[in-house]
Amino acid sequence: MIIDGSEASLKKFLSELPPVDQVGVEARTSMLATRSIKTTSKSWAIDLAISMVDLTTLEGADTPSKVKSLCAKAVRPDPTDLTVPSVGAICVYNDMVKIARQELDFIGGINIPVAAVSTAFPSGRASLAVKKQDTQDALDAGASEIDMVIDRGAFLSGNLGKVFEEIKIIKELCGKKAHLKVIFETGELVTYDNVRKVSYLAMLAGADFIKTSTGKVTPAATAPVVLVMLEAVRDYFSITGQKIGVKPAGGIKTTKDAIKQLVLVNETAGPEWLNPALFRIGASSLLNDLLMQRTKLRTGHYASANYVTID
Amino acid sequence: MSNFEYANAPESKTIAKISQSYDLFIGGKFVKPKKGKSFNTVNPATEEVLAKIAYADKLDIDLAVSSARSAYTKVWSKLPAKERGKYLYRIARILQERAREFAVVETLDNGKPIRESRDTDIPLATAHFFYHAGWADKLEFAGVGNNPKSLGVVGQIIPWNFPLLMLAWKIAPALATGNTVVLKPAETTPLTALLFAEVCQQAGLPDGVVNIITGDGITGAALVNHPDINKIAFTGSTEVGKAIARSISSTKKSATLELGGKAANIVFEDAAIDEAVEGIVNGIFFNQGHVCCAGSRLLLQENVMDEVLEKLKKRMSLIRVGDPMDKNTDLGAINSSEQLKRIKDLASAGDSEGANRWSPECKLPSKGYWFAPTIFTGVSQSHRIAREEIFGPVLSVLTFRTPIEAIEKANNTMYGLSAGIWSDKGSKILWAAKQLKAGVIWSNTFNKFDPASPFGGYKESGWGREGGRHGLAAYLESDAKVNK
Repeated sequence: MIIDGSEASLKKFLSELPPVDQVGVEARTSMLATRSIKTTSKSWAIDLAISMVDLTTLEGADTPSKVKSLCAKAVRPDPTDLTVPSVGAICVYNDMVKIARQELDFIGGINIPVAAVSTAFPSGRASLAVKKQDTQDALDAGASEIDMVIDRGAFLSGNLGKVFEEIKIIKELCGKKAHLKVIFETGELVTYDNVRKVSYLAMLAGADFIKTSTGKVTPAATAPVVLVMLEAVRDYFSITGQKIGVKPAGGIKTTKDAIKQLVLVNETAGPEWLNPALFRIGASSLLNDLLMQRTKLRTGHYASANYVTID
Repeated sequence: MSNFEYANAPESKTIAKISQSYDLFIGGKFVKPKKGKSFNTVNPATEEVLAKIAYADKLDIDLAVSSARSAYTKVWSKLPAKERGKYLYRIARILQERAREFAVVETLDNGKPIRESRDTDIPLATAHFFYHAGWADKLEFAGVGNNPKSLGVVGQIIPWNFPLLMLAWKIAPALATGNTVVLKPAETTPLTALLFAEVCQQAGLPDGVVNIITGDGITGAALVNHPDINKIAFTGSTEVGKAIARSISSTKKSATLELGGKAANIVFEDAAIDEAVEGIVNGIFFNQGHVCCAGSRLLLQENVMDEVLEKLKKRMSLIRVGDPMDKNTDLGAINSSEQLKRIKDLASAGDSEGANRWSPECKLPSKGYWFAPTIFTGVSQSHRIAREEIFGPVLSVLTFRTPIEAIEKANNTMYGLSAGIWSDKGSKILWAAKQLKAGVIWSNTFNKFDPASPFGGYKESGWGREGGRHGLAAYLESDAKVNK
């Protein structure tokens, strides 16, 4: 055990982590952004990125029909080309989990997990009882991935024990039924030092995945934030032998953005993380750009936007 | 494909129109060398001959210096300062427009990765012209006196590691301050200087203000010893720098010398370790380690040594060595077979003196001059690889126990060009910077350059400063000096 479970030992561990230098981490990501990914590697990266998309709809206006059409898109992103892989997961609010699960099972997407955002998403401002019930509802409805938000207020006020405990409790609820992704909302934590600390905190508390953002706050999944999180999972693996996944979410809209994320993974955590089991991209509009670029690579010309579906 | 193997992403060569042969650039025209001798410049990544280059001897230098002298007395020194500035702005803009072409030619001739020539060399060279263009009509505010005067004809000799950038460091301040120039690029990398000669023509720069002569060390010595030169500006090895200092010692010529280095890159226990590792890599593997201010001595605090070395080795395994024209290449070719031999000799000295050599697995191309990124651990101050400048992708790792020991070891060298400090603690950084005897000190970064920032060394790393206000002073005579 790295820590003995007490808040004091947690605080001590986190305070001894090496600092992050802002200028350095930003310089590294801007250098990696110049990687030129062409031809065969581009087409490989596009398919991988498609299989990593957590296709998301998190709107107040979500309806069963909207969710069902998203499910169709998830299973067959391009109905005219069945070589396109299915996406990594569908991500919805917990009242839509059942609909999504049934629809996916019905249309041949039995292997596509449904992820539910939980614990009073997106703000995390609710009692623990409500957060637990929120999660339980999602699990009962058939969610196999839980995307919980942390209590940013508690983190920023130094109440790290509370953040830790909540993750631990939600993880226990998930048990073996569901994977737990912990959302930090890095746009509210602001500093890279905080991102590093909260990454370790979540991993120690039992997160299977660490996730940047809710998508409701900007900035969201910036490259330096993702880099710091990838360093954290890499180093956590070398300490514990445990592989934790990373999910950037929010602001990744183009194929170029997605490929830059994959380059970050490749040259930080390493090729083993280039796998939907360890890296996901939370997005809604990204998928269509990936499909358009895929067609462009295959045919040599850009198709009109009407050739991709707008589910 | 199971791994993310980056497919070839070569920059196109078609933009670079390299002629079969180049003459000397004297008096605004390309002229044949008097004796008709020439030499070849090769692409160090492939060993292919790129072009035949004219070899200048004494007679050609006489012509170049006299054309610079007449341009100085008849045109350049009489021109209003703001007109000089206009020419410099024009040159800067042309360089910017032709940036891609310059980057490609630089990479072909030098062997450095296209990413570096494209993102570092050419933009910085351009920035030097823009910066100095602004100074041309403001020299009375440079801190050299009320009415600073130009020196006359300046002989400039530049090295092969940053060919166009070093040209810019030399020519931009010389012209801004009203001097005229005879410049000799390095024997192995003359092409961008000759391309720059075309830029001078394109900018309509008056004939003879910039003259470019190509050749070897003998050519350079003849330029240094020419009686009608007012100042020598040299960047290169300490050995040659000393020879220049000796040969001008009984003359009125002034000199700036920017020589070798063996910089200490000091990582304290409280450093941001991941970024320090990046900085170590950038410090020694940038430009194949062909950098006079390279962080070639890594000083690690003993209690973080294991962690840093483990991360450093992992990071070094990601360095992409190979075709410099590929946009994803991190480490290109060694510039010449002579330099490769020197690196190999010093690395074997490291082996035989008992240091431990480590390199990541990497396939080196069969043609061309290559050296894998290398670190030596277990190095002590008395090893040759801790004292002599290797000028290649070879890092010597030493350790220290206390901050004072770090400073003592860092300063225990005949050089003093640059140093790096890695710590998250501001007070420690300021304290260390004050103790270090080096001209440039970076904290939590390395190999960062800016035209406004003076650059130069302590001890055997050189005389004078280049860049910024201090760099201008090296090309000007103050009122006070003139009156003496």
